[in-house]
Amino acid sequence: MALDDSKKPREFKIVGTRPDRPDGIDKVTGRARFGADMVAPGMLTGRILRSPHAHARIKRIDTSKAESLPGVKAVVTRVDFGAVPDHVADIMDNCMAGEKALYDGHAIAAVAAISPAVARHALKLIEVDYEVLPHVTDVDEAMKPGAPVLHEGRQEETVPKGMSGNVIARAEFGHGDIEAGLKQADRVVERTYRTAATHQGYIEPHACLATMGADGQGDLWVCTQGHYMVRNTCAAILGLEQGQLRVTASEIGGGFGGKTTVFLEPVALMLAKKSGRPVKMVMSRSEVLRATGPTSSTSIDVKIGMTKEGRITAGFAELRYQGGAWPGSPVNMGAMSGFAPYDLENVKTVGWDVVTNRPKAAAYRAPGAPMAAFAIESAIDELAKGFGLDPLAVRLMNGADEGTKSSYGPTYPAIGLKATLEAARKHPHWTAPLGKNQGRGVACGFWFNFGGDTCVSLNITPDGTVTVSEGNPDIGGSRASMTMMAAEELGIPYDQVRTIIADTGSLGQNEVTDGSRVTFAVGLATIEAARAAKREMCRRAAMIWDIDEDAVEWEDGAARPAGPNAGKFPPMTIKEIAAVASNTGGPIAGHHEVTAEGAGVSFATHMVDVEVDPETGATKILRYTVFQDAGKAVHPSYVEGQFQGGAVQGIGWALNEEYIYGEDGILQNAGFLDYRIPVASDLPMIDTVILEIPNPGHPYGVRGVGETSIVPPLAAIANAVSAAAGVRMTQLPMSPPRVLAAIQADG
Amino acid sequence: MSRIHVTTKINGDETEFLCEAEATLLDVLRDELGLTGTKEGCGTGDCGACSVTVDGRLVCSCLMLGAEAEGREITTIEGMATGETLHPLQKKFIEMAALQCGICTPGILVAAKSLLERNPDPSEEEVRYWLAGNLCRCTGYDKIIRAVLDTAADMRRAS
Amino acid sequence: MRFEAPRSVEEAVTALAGQTGAHVLAGGTDLLVKLRAEMIEPDLIVDIKRIAGMREIAAEEGGWRIGAAVSGAEMGEHAGLVADWPGVVEAAGLIGSTQVQGRATLAGNLCNASPAADSVPAMVAAGAVARIVGPEGTRDLAVIDVPKGPGKTALERGEFIASIFLPARGARSGDAYLRFIPRTEMDIAVVGCGISLSLDEAGRVTAARVALGAVGPKVILVEAAAEAIKRRVLDEAALSDLAEACSKAATPIDDKRGTVAFRRHVAGVLARRAAVIAEARAKGETA
Repeated sequence: MALDDSKKPREFKIVGTRPDRPDGIDKVTGRARFGADMVAPGMLTGRILRSPHAHARIKRIDTSKAESLPGVKAVVTRVDFGAVPDHVADIMDNCMAGEKALYDGHAIAAVAAISPAVARHALKLIEVDYEVLPHVTDVDEAMKPGAPVLHEGRQEETVPKGMSGNVIARAEFGHGDIEAGLKQADRVVERTYRTAATHQGYIEPHACLATMGADGQGDLWVCTQGHYMVRNTCAAILGLEQGQLRVTASEIGGGFGGKTTVFLEPVALMLAKKSGRPVKMVMSRSEVLRATGPTSSTSIDVKIGMTKEGRITAGFAELRYQGGAWPGSPVNMGAMSGFAPYDLENVKTVGWDVVTNRPKAAAYRAPGAPMAAFAIESAIDELAKGFGLDPLAVRLMNGADEGTKSSYGPTYPAIGLKATLEAARKHPHWTAPLGKNQGRGVACGFWFNFGGDTCVSLNITPDGTVTVSEGNPDIGGSRASMTMMAAEELGIPYDQVRTIIADTGSLGQNEVTDGSRVTFAVGLATIEAARAAKREMCRRAAMIWDIDEDAVEWEDGAARPAGPNAGKFPPMTIKEIAAVASNTGGPIAGHHEVTAEGAGVSFATHMVDVEVDPETGATKILRYTVFQDAGKAVHPSYVEGQFQGGAVQGIGWALNEEYIYGEDGILQNAGFLDYRIPVASDLPMIDTVILEIPNPGHPYGVRGVGETSIVPPLAAIANAVSAAAGVRMTQLPMSPPRVLAAIQADG
Repeated sequence: MSRIHVTTKINGDETEFLCEAEATLLDVLRDELGLTGTKEGCGTGDCGACSVTVDGRLVCSCLMLGAEAEGREITTIEGMATGETLHPLQKKFIEMAALQCGICTPGILVAAKSLLERNPDPSEEEVRYWLAGNLCRCTGYDKIIRAVLDTAADMRRAS
Repeated sequence: MRFEAPRSVEEAVTALAGQTGAHVLAGGTDLLVKLRAEMIEPDLIVDIKRIAGMREIAAEEGGWRIGAAVSGAEMGEHAGLVADWPGVVEAAGLIGSTQVQGRATLAGNLCNASPAADSVPAMVAAGAVARIVGPEGTRDLAVIDVPKGPGKTALERGEFIASIFLPARGARSGDAYLRFIPRTEMDIAVVGCGISLSLDEAGRVTAARVALGAVGPKVILVEAAAEAIKRRVLDEAALSDLAEACSKAATPIDDKRGTVAFRRHVAGVLARRAAVIAEARAKGETA
């Protein structure tokens, strides 16, 4: 049979169109069920008691009064969990504090009760004796010798002796000779940049509904980016067999990386186990901000040399990221990605992973990369402007291409960076006039993208329609994309396929929805599953026609004899083959299991115009254009949506969002009132330009698109604000008081 | 703790419920009446996911007590479509990809419908300010604003 | 907790006076947030919206009496009120989102006693008077005297505000309110400034009231700022003196929303900008 990928550019029938999403009606009518929307008979309400201190030893917890309150069915503390395997120890510690409370909001105990009011009352009856300890929330302070130390014995061998115990690890990337490169430069910019911690800010708070029997069987309904991850993590923490815990992913109300770990789930299962009843837990917004993962706050030194023609002779960055109360900040991703858009002879980055008394950092869209890009793209902009050079031309001159040895090691295959820069140069935005107090900024960004473990099962129903089961929660329209790729491959209409997100009992292991992996990896597996089904259908047709299997090919939704020598038979459609499947060997399906590789890196260039009010320091975004390589845009509307959403999260990060801690180590803005994410009236339309440089690692050329779009905005906006205000901004957020102070200090 | 008996009209249906004095209208809709299309994103009136109309006025149901609903007429997202016929805004939101995760969508649709009932020809700026209390973290608002403007134009043409 | 929705002022006063831990519910946009955050645990909530007159805007002695349960949205839809006191209406209209506007009230904004309340500097500039009802009867109190500090008011047990009175708008006069927030909507004022002024036929300021919000424990009526522009046309020099007087009068703190230096500076910037708007309104150049 003839099913191989030919090298000729593929003509798509469905991929590249914009059909309605299969979950659309559910989501516009309120029928879609999210984390908090599920109920179970006899369900209890679970709630968590949280630490009011940034750092404290827990000397005693007395739950007896809470336990004896009528209506309370279970109380859980860390003691209930016992010892857990090492690989989930930090996660356990974050879900329920052990010896110490390590941040404001850290979970201390939990109750399950017959009503929210009883649960609330019960929490007040839990007595905790704290020994308050000195705390530290700033990354640079935490690195100083003498800073309060969170953990003993966690420092890795990569850290030189004598540094604070809060410095957990050091990593280094790059090649060439920095000092030699700097000597060739006509100018060197050396600056320190700072960024505040920001939260993913998904509108749906974490929620789950747990059932757990004495037989070790459990069920969990949860809003998560990865229910397989939830299953595996909870099973490890609770000492369950993975196969005995079935996790079903609800619709998910945003994640952006923040729902790639567990917070409530093991606690809910433990409460369900102890009470013998289903337990539902839903976080409040303040719990989300206090106790779920924001990203790192950072402090970054950059040193870049450039010739007066614009060639970068050396690039160096030292990055310090605090990852909250446990090791694992995304500093290495920052250190690897910051110079990735450029073809450099001499490049080096050093990353420091630091712990502080803040919630454990979770992934946030291209984790670690936006801060590094902010620092490095700001320095490049300053150099280019200092020489009077066009910042896009400078980036093109230094830009990475196919064959470039990247700053983090690998050599690139076909990539799209220069295509985005060329598109930016040709766009009318680039030459549009600017008014008084206005400035324009550009910046580039890179993200690795990811593949990983993936399973897809595709079944042909007796009437010849198709169901696709996949294991990755759909955050931004991936069911539509899978449906499109399955329909494309099978040669049948979009509405003949329905894709569902299967529970953990229905498929093998699936990585979480992260790393912009779903359209790439699950798409790849969907296409392969469809191909397997096609092979089987060709085999069935061959059987019916009594010709050789290899003499049948699949085209336009039907098996056909391949060529005139194969025999004269009319095409057999998928419906006709399905109708007689019981007589030709039984039900027909295709499946594919893979650890997907070849995700294909992604680049973007962003361009933004701002106006700064010189009397108040307020910044208004006037115009914004995203140029990004999608490899192949399966559903262009959803690709645009990813570009726009990432850009606007970046706008929030650049201008107003920040975690504000008081001297007491308490988070001061744990709500949407003062944690200021962009609102509709803050923004212009976000224009998008999709570039398509096919990814050789995917049958249709798809690259992940979800994360890259948040990498350039911080720097692009900083470059624009610096131009408009006439003073270089090196600290985020560029809130009005900070910008006004910079303008006034500049005279 | 005696519960309060409330008679009200929800999406056109005469409805009675019992609630605690401190229960918000949002708690009642979701937990007593099973109308979970109205979402809680913050509980403090900052995100708009719980938007409903009360006597035709757009409000956050998290900022109103259930007991206040006595004698009022409440409309939620569940009352927006008529049978299997979607409201033009609902159709347009699907067509123009004006939602990603969908958690803010019910609140935004209820708010947008309320706008178009008052102002059938809003400017982009008017739409943006009217919806400023409806947070969306996925879309950057672009496609939402376009969908509302486009629907308004369609509805003007149709009327 | 109990909930009551009395039909008369007398019933409401009796209920409030008879119960410790009683709270008045008008729009509820602050009360429910505090309830949710467990900042308050009331024993009784008295909803005043069903009392006659509470949701009415009535003409009185050339001015307007605004019932305590009238929402910002209702004020914005009242042509007469908008024509006379656009600054007060705009200030009320800045409180929260469209959704919050459907419920939030002037009286509630005042009784919440936040130094950053948007409508209060505008009401103070307008010379507004609160009508207070209680067990001892009815009394009128200037709006500026209602807040006693953050979260504290001059109301006695059993008392509540029944209405706010905005006096007659004189000839050739106008008001304006501006605030600074980091975003374009949904924030608490970092600085707020309300100005009401009257002009003579030559365009000279004959009377002015200038009030600042969010730069002290309560709203500040800046007499020096009013003096700085009285008997003058609002030229560059007058506006600079106004701004300087406001910056000087501000006594702000550093907090999560702004710094001392920023607030002092922006108090002057806003005063200058608000004065220009109020002047244009006084001259009948804009609404």
